[in-house]
Amino acid sequence: MQNMQIELLQLLQQDCRLPLEKIAVMLGKTPEDVGAMIDDMEKRGIILRYSPVINWDKTDKDRVEAMIEVRVTPQRDEGFDAIAKRIYRFDEVKTVYLMSGAYDLLLLVEAHSLKELGYFVSTKLSVLDSVTGTATHFVLKRYKSDGVIFEGDTQDKRMAVNP
Amino acid sequence: MDYSQYWNPGIAAVPKSGIRKFFDIVQTMPGAISLGVGEPDFVTPYHIRNAAIDSILDGETQYTSNWGRLKLRKLIGRYLDVRYGLHYDPENEILVTIGASEAIDLAMRALLTPGDEVLVPEPSYVSYQPTVVFGGGVAVPIRTDASRNFVLTAEDLEKAITPRTKIVLLPYPNNPTGAIIGREALQQLRDVIVKHDLIVISDEIYSELTYSAEGHTSVAGLPEMRERTVYINGFSKAFAMTGWRVGYVCAPAQLMDVMVKIHQYTIMCAPTQAQVAAEEALRQGLEDDFADVATMRQSYDHRRRLMYKAFGNMGLSCFEPLGAFYVFPSIAATGMTSEAFCEKLLREKAVACVPGTAFGACGEGYIRCCYATALEKLDIALDKIGAFVQNL
Repeated sequence: MQNMQIELLQLLQQDCRLPLEKIAVMLGKTPEDVGAMIDDMEKRGIILRYSPVINWDKTDKDRVEAMIEVRVTPQRDEGFDAIAKRIYRFDEVKTVYLMSGAYDLLLLVEAHSLKELGYFVSTKLSVLDSVTGTATHFVLKRYKSDGVIFEGDTQDKRMAVNP
Repeated sequence: MDYSQYWNPGIAAVPKSGIRKFFDIVQTMPGAISLGVGEPDFVTPYHIRNAAIDSILDGETQYTSNWGRLKLRKLIGRYLDVRYGLHYDPENEILVTIGASEAIDLAMRALLTPGDEVLVPEPSYVSYQPTVVFGGGVAVPIRTDASRNFVLTAEDLEKAITPRTKIVLLPYPNNPTGAIIGREALQQLRDVIVKHDLIVISDEIYSELTYSAEGHTSVAGLPEMRERTVYINGFSKAFAMTGWRVGYVCAPAQLMDVMVKIHQYTIMCAPTQAQVAAEEALRQGLEDDFADVATMRQSYDHRRRLMYKAFGNMGLSCFEPLGAFYVFPSIAATGMTSEAFCEKLLREKAVACVPGTAFGACGEGYIRCCYATALEKLDIALDKIGAFVQNL
């Protein structure tokens, strides 16, 4: 992958609402070039979606999140992919990783309430044939997500004028 | 008591920094956006801050060698070799200072005798002229201008040389213009410098922040120049470490001996934790090819292009800066002086810039704008400057 594409991705990851014209100036390219690069990366599935980083804690939405460690029995020929697929199809499951270490899959699961989340684990996840065990960890607070600090001092501490 | 009877008239006569006034006005305007800063908008990378904390917890609270910690000097030696092909002996040719500023002062005081002339290309950093005066010398400005990329030419250098000339200061990459100097231009200067047997003080504090394919060339790396160059650099700009105050000066051992005397009796040593932090900056950098620096440089470069383009769109002619993190547009078309422009802009639009005259008389007609500021703020500031210029 070219450096320019990576540079473009980094800019978009910072702020995907940057106008094409502005990105073009920043990269020393034409808006057409930048548009073509973005189209290409969308087609190749490198850019999947443009979504904001949201601090839900500051909204009124009722929401519980949990990280769930899942141990599974991998299947012949399919390895972990088939069971991962079965799991990620649930709407509650927002993220699925295949992990090295003491367990196999790590899920980030979201629900409206504790009860609902418990229900998901006990009646939908644990009962899957290949799942041999789960450990649910509730998220109490997000300090940082996707590189964005949710709470903290981000003020510019520099003096206004200096050499 | 009338202290004017007591003080040193030569030093008392040195004017206060031209940016002081703006600082005072900005203080009264809490919502102002400042393009008047001269430091990165990044904080020091976390691993570097952590190294200093560990050092404090480990009880490294003592003096270091006057020269600075040998470990740091060795790392500086390797860094200068890897990045710029320069070779200095960590034992007796590298001195760790309180920022590059102390290094400039040391060099002047070690070299100057009363009446010696120092040639200073302008516009340039605010401390050169005063440190020449403090050292008992005479600063002779050489005007550089946008039509020649704000680079000192061999011809102008030759013209400015007198029998009293001892030193040429080379301030590249340049604050405030953003000018860089390439190998070819340096070679032409070198011929004049060698011919007239001059010493160069090269302030290369912005050497990591250049935005051309050629990158940075150090004058000290040119043939016959190592022996007549006092090389100055530091950690402030490249590693976002301004507040730590760590710089260094390199020169042949015989000359270092004199500089280190001044440092030894006035400073003792640079703060230990700042030295440890600097070691971490170089240790990690030499391992990962200075990834921190590259990330910051890329971010400056994006904003540099935006600023340069925006001033052009406003109808202000602007030299394309290829170094540091400043643009230096001409506001001559407005018919205002730099200072009047900056003051009016600040009072009416709450945007602070620095008048070009703060960097020498030939900075008249220019303003310095620092683009090491959050993108969102830059956008607002540029919109405001645009509207301001349009309504003049």
